[in-house]
Amino acid sequence: MTIEEIEREIVNEFDLFESWLEKYEYLIELGKDLPLIESSEQTDENLIAGCQSRVWLHAKLAEGLLVFTANSDAIITKGIISLLIRVLSNQNAADVLGAELKFINEIGLTEHLSPTRSNGLVSMVKQMKNYAYTFSNTK
Amino acid sequence: MELTKIHTDFPLLSRKVHGKPLVYLDNGATTQKPQIVIDAITDYYTEYNSNIHRGVHHLSQLATEKYEVARKTIQQFIGAQFSHEIIFSPGTTSSINLVASSWGRANVSADDEVLISAMEHHSNIVPWQMLCEEKGAKLKVIPMNDNGELIMEQFESLLSSKTKIVAINHISNTLGTINPVEKIIAMAHDKGSLVLVDGAQSVAHMPIDVVSLNADFYVFSGHKLFGPTGVGILYGKEAILNEMPPYQGGGDMIKSVSFEKTTYNELPHKFEAGTPNIVGGIGLGKAIEYINEIGFDFIIEQESQLKNAATKMLESIEDVKIIGQAKQKASVISFAINGFHPLDVGTILDQLGISIRTGHHCTQPIMDFYNIPGTIRASFAFYNTLEDIAKLRAGILTAKTMLS
Repeated sequence: MTIEEIEREIVNEFDLFESWLEKYEYLIELGKDLPLIESSEQTDENLIAGCQSRVWLHAKLAEGLLVFTANSDAIITKGIISLLIRVLSNQNAADVLGAELKFINEIGLTEHLSPTRSNGLVSMVKQMKNYAYTFSNTK
Repeated sequence: MELTKIHTDFPLLSRKVHGKPLVYLDNGATTQKPQIVIDAITDYYTEYNSNIHRGVHHLSQLATEKYEVARKTIQQFIGAQFSHEIIFSPGTTSSINLVASSWGRANVSADDEVLISAMEHHSNIVPWQMLCEEKGAKLKVIPMNDNGELIMEQFESLLSSKTKIVAINHISNTLGTINPVEKIIAMAHDKGSLVLVDGAQSVAHMPIDVVSLNADFYVFSGHKLFGPTGVGILYGKEAILNEMPPYQGGGDMIKSVSFEKTTYNELPHKFEAGTPNIVGGIGLGKAIEYINEIGFDFIIEQESQLKNAATKMLESIEDVKIIGQAKQKASVISFAINGFHPLDVGTILDQLGISIRTGHHCTQPIMDFYNIPGTIRASFAFYNTLEDIAKLRAGILTAKTMLS
């Protein structure tokens, strides 16, 4: 699926939630369920320091596609990370670089990706794009 | 004093957040503003906006008079001897930087020592660090015990003839500890050291008398005192302020300027270069008039009731640990919930309309001391209610259920 198709799929899923409670319960479930990163890759080099929560991000190229794995010490942050990975992982670098990630706004989570939020997510998206830029230039 | 009447004095308190009635428990970060402060701000811009201290015209005279009345109100509020000991600044951080830069550069040399405490806000650490680096002086830290109280014996042994200044908060913004500043000042003076007290967290919660404290410098912000943002105070003893070189150059701080020589204006203008935050100063004066009307008897009684109720409530919830258990404590309560990240708890509480603060509260050394990533902090003002505490309790229980 393309990035935009996955984004559409997520927006449709979130449309089913009637309250903030269900939405956050879902994010928390996502945060709990996914083994996001190999412990050997959860290193200081892969650490993106937010002011409040910490995020680890790892990227590699597999069969021409970018594969991201990540983790965080805060569970809601982790839930949002799993959405970002679902959208951006296993895509080619040029598409990752061009992704606008409009779904974040559409599912009402913009505030979590605001630069003032200090949870490390803004820096993580920036870092994902940096990886995409680097890999698209090394091909 | 009617609590419901007080509530209506603060228009913002009746708004909703995420569709739920606001529960505002972030007063340590900033307090809400009473209507009379908001009116004073509007009044300034609609009725007499003009620059102060120079204009011969009517509006300038009016603005100058109101600004100087505010200075007098602030002087009386903290018991200073003279109104020219009250220097307007942009806030606590600026006031500390002024002292560290002006007084510090003139009085601290290589091998001298500056003493701070283990529970200072970054604003009362970094300016001194910068001064010490520049001068080759040493920054020493008064340690605290597990309850979050300063170890006074250690303070005594750290004090010496090398100590030039002790910079200490009156109340810790993270732990709520009320530090024994009167004793600290007396001990420091015995060794010939000056003392700067960071009163950012104290001025709104207890009466301050800088003369009986014998503080050399006392600094605070207007916005934590129900006044506008961007205005704060540096109180300094007249003799010390007179000896200090100017901090910033510009208009208002000069007596005469030629290209060969500038002579500086007298206190307080020597330290007030440029057009100040006029409306901020006037608004702060109004805020203090409002506090005077409410009275500290009521404020102290109300906040102590809130502190006791909140402490009891938090202690009754499983896995909650209060960080900072000083015997002398203000209505600032930090806590952690075992197994949960503070940011997650704060995010859920926000969805419920409850404003608390999470993180390190600009006191990273305290987080290192307790080996935690951050705390959840509820900080109260006299307009908070027992109902707010009940809502906080329900919110914490919801967060725990959702996050487990």
